Amino acid sequence: MTDMEKPWHQVVLETLKKNDIGLVPYVPDRVFTPLIKALHADDFFTTFPCTREEEAVGIVTGAHMGGMRAAVLMQTSGFGTIANAIASLVCPSQIPAIIFVSERGTLGEFNLGQALVCRTMRPVLDSLGIETHTITRHDELAFIVDRSIKQALATQAPVTFILSPLLTGGKVFAA
Amino acid sequence: MTQNPAHGAHNAKVMNRFDLTKRAVAHLKHEEAVIGGIGNTNFDLWMSGQRPQNWYMLGSMGLAIPIALGVAIAQPKRHVVALEGDGSLLMQLGCLATVAMRRPANLTMVVWDNGMYQITGGQPTASASVADIVAVARGCGLVKSAWATDEDDFERLFAAALKDGGPTLIAARIDDKPGTGTTDRDPVQIRQRFMMGLGTRK
Repeated sequence: MTDMEKPWHQVVLETLKKNDIGLVPYVPDRVFTPLIKALHADDFFTTFPCTREEEAVGIVTGAHMGGMRAAVLMQTSGFGTIANAIASLVCPSQIPAIIFVSERGTLGEFNLGQALVCRTMRPVLDSLGIETHTITRHDELAFIVDRSIKQALATQAPVTFILSPLLTGGKVFAA
Repeated sequence: MTQNPAHGAHNAKVMNRFDLTKRAVAHLKHEEAVIGGIGNTNFDLWMSGQRPQNWYMLGSMGLAIPIALGVAIAQPKRHVVALEGDGSLLMQLGCLATVAMRRPANLTMVVWDNGMYQITGGQPTASASVADIVAVARGCGLVKSAWATDEDDFERLFAAALKDGGPTLIAARIDDKPGTGTTDRDPVQIRQRFMMGLGTRK
């Protein structure tokens, strides 16, 4: 099966595995549910829910220092809670935290709060100079994630992947 | 501390963080990792002697235990100790539930409870009057959680945690003495030395 024939979450899982990313703490998200289920079903991964996103960022930091590669999954609103953890821990310590964000707040959002917190995400990432890719196209997914994980590890810098509803389908609402 | 008589620590002796930090470090014989929480907690760890396996947290208040959990998952054969203050832990209580769910046998959490946000001016924490850190930990599922009643009891609990495995949480009432020094504020150097100490960097 080619990457184009696989669902997006399978491409992400396989790219994580290919890069030996064995630890994936997360805070749940509806759109990420198939990815989270697949991670739990695969013995290669140690994956579990955290109570807060910054907790997951702390775990990823400790794991990196202990020699284990790790990524974290969260939703847009969860990213809104981690500015201090990435600004005062990840960036100054040069931790290659690999952050996947399921993008809400755009392309059909119905919750004003989600729409507003979404607008805070990119300015925070930009102000800290964090490598960020908004992924909208399935044909670019594996390339962007694989190359950017390698870059993060090689340059000891965090990377954020914002997975757009254009890629994942997003959360669908009744009009 | 003017405590509720139902508080689990009401009979515990008020001790000193630097003294207990030195006592804890003296028990470390197998290159155990130590994660020092923000402020006076890591200042006193720094002043106790800079072991290569010590890591000092300069920001990210509340994340000492999650960081220690990450190290414990990555290095299951190495025991990991988190040192954390009451105010910091109250900011991130959920991490206790996560630790209980993961059940890392190689993780020991020590909580210094002076009932105040000491470094910001001594404002009272909820643990000064009502919140019982050990009761919270047990409620999160951390069965091996206890107040240290005095210095000897602290050393006994700490040695048992290292020997028998956990996860274990030990809480100690401490006085209002400030940290005995300050950590060099160089996060990259701290991280690099720690990774060399853990054998994950050359």
